[in-house]
Amino acid sequence: MSSRDTDWDGVRLHVVTGKGGTGKTTVAAALALALAAGGRKVLLVEVEGRQGIAQVFDLPPLPYEERKIAVAPGGGDVFALAIDPEEAMLDYLDMFYGLKRMGKTLTKMGVVDFATTIAPGMRDVLVTGKTSEAVRRKTKAGRRVYDAVVMDAPPTGRIARFLNVTQEVAGLARVGPVKAHADMVRSVMGSPETAVHFVTLLEEMPVQETLDGMAELRSVKLPVGGIFVNMVRSTDPALIGEVDHAELALGLKAAGLTDGKDATAIAEALAREVAEHASRTGLERRELEELVKTGARRYELPFLADGADLAGLYELAEAIRSQGAA
Amino acid sequence: MTSGKRAVKAPQLDLDAILDDPNTRIVVCCGSGGVGKTTTAAALGLRAAERGRNVVVLTVDPARRLAQSMGLNSLDNTPRRITEVDGDGQLHAMMLDMKRTFDEIIEAHADPERAQQILTNPFYQSLSSSFSGTQEYMAMEKLGQLRRSGDWDLIIVDTPPSRSALDFLDAPERLGRFLDGRLIRILMAPAKAGGRSAFKILNAGFGLIAGALTKVLGAQVLKDIQTFVGALDALFGGFRQRAEQTYRLLQQPGTAFVVVATPERDAMREASYFVERLAEERMPLAGLVVNRVHRSPAPALSAARSTAAAEDLESRGEHELTAAVLRLHAGRMQLAAREHREQEHFTSAHPTVPISQVPAMSEDVHDLAGLRQIGELLTAR
Repeated sequence: MSSRDTDWDGVRLHVVTGKGGTGKTTVAAALALALAAGGRKVLLVEVEGRQGIAQVFDLPPLPYEERKIAVAPGGGDVFALAIDPEEAMLDYLDMFYGLKRMGKTLTKMGVVDFATTIAPGMRDVLVTGKTSEAVRRKTKAGRRVYDAVVMDAPPTGRIARFLNVTQEVAGLARVGPVKAHADMVRSVMGSPETAVHFVTLLEEMPVQETLDGMAELRSVKLPVGGIFVNMVRSTDPALIGEVDHAELALGLKAAGLTDGKDATAIAEALAREVAEHASRTGLERRELEELVKTGARRYELPFLADGADLAGLYELAEAIRSQGAA
Repeated sequence: MTSGKRAVKAPQLDLDAILDDPNTRIVVCCGSGGVGKTTTAAALGLRAAERGRNVVVLTVDPARRLAQSMGLNSLDNTPRRITEVDGDGQLHAMMLDMKRTFDEIIEAHADPERAQQILTNPFYQSLSSSFSGTQEYMAMEKLGQLRRSGDWDLIIVDTPPSRSALDFLDAPERLGRFLDGRLIRILMAPAKAGGRSAFKILNAGFGLIAGALTKVLGAQVLKDIQTFVGALDALFGGFRQRAEQTYRLLQQPGTAFVVVATPERDAMREASYFVERLAEERMPLAGLVVNRVHRSPAPALSAARSTAAAEDLESRGEHELTAAVLRLHAGRMQLAAREHREQEHFTSAHPTVPISQVPAMSEDVHDLAGLRQIGELLTAR
């Protein structure tokens, strides 16, 4: 697939999950950019109707349509698709049963509403189904249309359930066409062509959820991918221990920051800041050790001082590439 | 920040006044995922109890850590008393179990035989344990139950981590749309008519729908759904009525919505959306809680000056430690400035919404003392 050696060669579907607030959508977008770099074609899909991709790329809301939204470094295209379960349902009816014309009637009758909001598991089957279709789609020449598909997936707490679609519809349909469709989707989700990546921060709750999520995926035999540790701040080793107040005060004086006043007060305030920082760094280190124990491949993404704007997205994409994730 | 626009200052959110007001009966904490909704709800619950109220906290977050921080091993569908509370008030906590709640409704409102029929229906089993929508209905149902029981003078809830954070508000309407819809009538028609006479009322609509559903779902699924809907028919009306009651309850002055966010773009955007939606729905908004706000103990030293001084020291090759400290400080000040801008953005759009800020802490909450501290910070003036 590539002249470049990456950790996920052969993976066609990158599922990106993470606890709320960890920057899952941003990382999914950066991963799509990184995978597209050097002239490839990548589809970034969104499945929860949040229009998060549009926000990350600073675009108006995306329609249910695959459209080009960004050019990757060195050429290469990122397409995006916001999967709407209702549209996916109509798509599905059309594709598998030739029932497109009937879609309108079904919508009016509330069947589509029922299937996409009430019927358990159906919504998930529809969106994962649409994603699988994009992964497997081929050109007339028999080549894959997309080199890779990146899914901005539901949060960690729901991911195993979401991907394990067969189980989800098992109560609904033990046999029949939906079951068959779910089985097909499940085989894509469980194949070596899929990897489920976790986005986390070095904080207690997101790390715990990552560990739980990984265990849950393994228990249902879904492929665990890498861990993207987001918003990592570099730490100056000088700032880990206790700071010498006198030395700090001297330095502040030398830098002309004391405005002729006593340097003690400001030195103390800054020392307090360093102490807070050191305590957080210690906590982060402990959390990192937990992640190391999983043995999963880890990638560190820098904290963006200006927030995750478009420039930041390319910076993250570069970090992803340079660490071999894409 | 140096633009000509004068920054609008948000009013201070006085949560103690809300918690102390005996007319406040329900506090709803809502916001996007990962902003600390559940912790905020628990901290408010503890504080209200320690100020003398009889409180129950209803959470949908299955995180064990929360239960443990309140000294319980785990939470379940029954309110459990937290004993280490200071003062005269009482604090109970529970976690929504949607399947259990759904089962209880069926058991309470159907005769035993019919209840059994529903509970064993494969479609019901799947519906009651699925996440898509059921959690929102059940959260509303449970809230209504707690309120009707009259056992509590204050109920504090956090909202489900839905796709759209306000799904729980839409739950009654969506349920109503489904129940009043033609689909349900069509599906119910054969069950109602029963037996052979069913064929007589099979209209063109049913044929069409049944045909399509059979094709897509398979005949067995359709039969399960029909049986389920038929059996549940009698319960539906009451179910919807209660959801609507709860919805109206939320509009009353005794309810206070607390929107929770962090000073990040996405979370603040979601908070804005919430505030607007609540206004549309005429739901009483108390204000916005901004969690994890970064501040510096040395706010007078600006980022720019700090960076310049660090560069100066570095170029002179002196005071490496001080330079490193100044770099750290500059980073902190930049972050604080960015967070401040996000909040200003919110406040310029919603100038009347009161705000309470909670500073970022280096450790998570592990015990009641931690929750108590959050409570203090939430209400610090």
